Amino acid sequence: MMALTKNQALEPAKQPSSIGMPLLHKVIFLVLLAFLLVLPFMVYPVFAMKVMCFALFAAAFNLLLGFGGLLSFGHAAYFGGASYIAAQAAKVWGFTPELAVLSGTLAAAVLGLVIGALSIRRQGIYFAMVTLAFAQMVYFFALQSDFTGGEDGIQSVPRGDLFGLVSLQDNISLYFFVLVITFGGILMLYRIVHSPFGQVLKAIRENEPRAISLGYQVNRYKLMVFTLSATFAGLAGATKSQVFQLASLTDVHWSMSGEVVLMTLLGGMGTIFGPLVGAAFIVSMQNYLATFGAWVTIIQGFAFVIGVLLFREGIIGVIARIIKRPL
Amino acid sequence: MKKALVLGGFVLAAMAASPVLAADINVKLGVLNDRSGVYADLSGEGSVVAARMAVDDFKAVDKGIKVEIISADHQNKPDIASNIARQWYDTDGVDAILDVPTSSAALAVAEITAKAGRVFINSGAASTDLTGAQCQPTTIHWTYDTAALANGTGKAVTEAGGKKWFFLTADYAFGHALERDTTKVVVANGGEVVGSVNVPFPATDFSSFLLQAQGSGANVIGLANAGGDTVNAIKQAAEFGITQAGQQLAALLMFVTDVHALGTQTAQGLNLTEAFYWDQNDATRAWSARFEKLHGSKPTMVQAGVYSGTMHYLRAIEAVGSTDSKKVIASMKANGFDDPLFGKGYVRGDGRAIHDMYLFEVKKPSESTGEWDLYKQISVIKGEDAFLPMMPQCDFTK
Repeated sequence: MMALTKNQALEPAKQPSSIGMPLLHKVIFLVLLAFLLVLPFMVYPVFAMKVMCFALFAAAFNLLLGFGGLLSFGHAAYFGGASYIAAQAAKVWGFTPELAVLSGTLAAAVLGLVIGALSIRRQGIYFAMVTLAFAQMVYFFALQSDFTGGEDGIQSVPRGDLFGLVSLQDNISLYFFVLVITFGGILMLYRIVHSPFGQVLKAIRENEPRAISLGYQVNRYKLMVFTLSATFAGLAGATKSQVFQLASLTDVHWSMSGEVVLMTLLGGMGTIFGPLVGAAFIVSMQNYLATFGAWVTIIQGFAFVIGVLLFREGIIGVIARIIKRPL
Repeated sequence: MKKALVLGGFVLAAMAASPVLAADINVKLGVLNDRSGVYADLSGEGSVVAARMAVDDFKAVDKGIKVEIISADHQNKPDIASNIARQWYDTDGVDAILDVPTSSAALAVAEITAKAGRVFINSGAASTDLTGAQCQPTTIHWTYDTAALANGTGKAVTEAGGKKWFFLTADYAFGHALERDTTKVVVANGGEVVGSVNVPFPATDFSSFLLQAQGSGANVIGLANAGGDTVNAIKQAAEFGITQAGQQLAALLMFVTDVHALGTQTAQGLNLTEAFYWDQNDATRAWSARFEKLHGSKPTMVQAGVYSGTMHYLRAIEAVGSTDSKKVIASMKANGFDDPLFGKGYVRGDGRAIHDMYLFEVKKPSESTGEWDLYKQISVIKGEDAFLPMMPQCDFTK
């Protein structure tokens, strides 16, 4: 334990205020918040909301990959699963938006717990394959069962009133609802990463046998981080279903699992802000290049190839290396 | 920044901005479809070309109507379609969205169009829900739907003597709906369904299912699937020599581009229903030749539908002298259409365009004189028989 904390705590040791955030992160978060507060007046709010949902999704995925060292190839299951449950809750059960989002998130947490418990028994590529297999099961469930509407998805989900009081019909008010959820979610993820739990996670990622020899129940930590990651992915998916007023097969399809990997890698795996940048980058590309038609996927692939060849640490990873600070 | 400021009152602004004088009406059309995926060939850029041809043929400029056409790729994802549609309506001032294949994307756009109070003229999507369970006063569904295809193929093939059917059904909601609709039609016309098999979706190997169909004693094998599944099933059926052995293949959702890709050698003898085929009469041949010059291939029914729908929309704008969606749609529903591609028809109160559908058989290689000489017409299905009856709650003209 001592040896480990010494090893791990090299960075925080320089900054005595290890309880709070380093100043740099505080400033970035504040700037980000200020930016997000004016964003809906600069770009189209629905687009901004989409970026935020995907940013949270990528950040949740990054918790598992970047800090837990586990590559899940089935995160669409939690993202999409939650979006279906939240859509069903808001449309059929008549839940208010916050309860709908909550029920979607809970469903993702349960799903993550069950799938996680089964898949963390394997490592590396086998782990990825097991998560993919489970995600495909969720996909087929969404395709076949009645309430999901097959390939039409659940359409025309009402936007409803927050707490039964504030109408979210207006894009701007919905934007701030989404802002609170996603920004809060990302702050919580930040807190998790920088907690003692997060430190143990990093230790497991770096050297699992050593962590075991130090007496850590490695599988418990893995299951915990898997469930947390699934929960936050679910939160993102549930929120997205409220924004777009639909839940569809796109959200549970394996290509969504691939997209989130792309976002995380392009932005910078294992960094706090990388997934946010990656998500914004990919979603903007899909949005603003939509008029180029077939070129979207080509440009996206090209960007990924360049990313892998030139800056493997991702956009934020490279910046962090240059300024020599963790971001 | 400026755009965002007007956001709040965009509807009012858009309405106030539409000029009353017929001398100068600005119309913005958005063609939203698949430009990179499986439906890119049957809709894609070709639909944009078709819309542009409609604007030219309508002589919009001479009539004082300035039309601008924009387009985007929804990648067959409903959330991307929804995002683009909202943005087009809210900030870009688009008056009408055209095409939109993929039912999930189309349903999302239909909902947004109704909220924004614009016009949605769908050509590419198959779902009957657009003018059924999820009907909207602003939706017009132009070209085809699953019911029309089931009706067309099911009825015509049964009447022509194909009494015993066997279904290969894609095992998801769409496949089951197609099988159910067709079964009804087959039974109503004195046929029977001797069996069916659910095929996992998507599938690449159809051999065991085809053997089952071959041994079932059916004389028609109905393919209740779409896209790549249909193409794979037909290819493998050709390898098994199913049509040569006397069984008929009936595809329930297939487009001329699919048949073109398969070739007559593989697809020969296949029965299918379409709303339009380029080689029907002089008018369709002339139009399709012009289209081919611009786009490089013959038009599909979806692209022809975009032309026809755009034409009818522009005519309505000319008639009412504004782009006000309520007035324009009322005019579209009140006046029938008669154009070179779809012939005479009308738009029903629920937004369903009613026109004739046609049953085709794919020619044998020996009968085909060219790359695109693919079909011979077997029968005409009257519009009234082809489409589902209107649901009373969907009659928005009342």
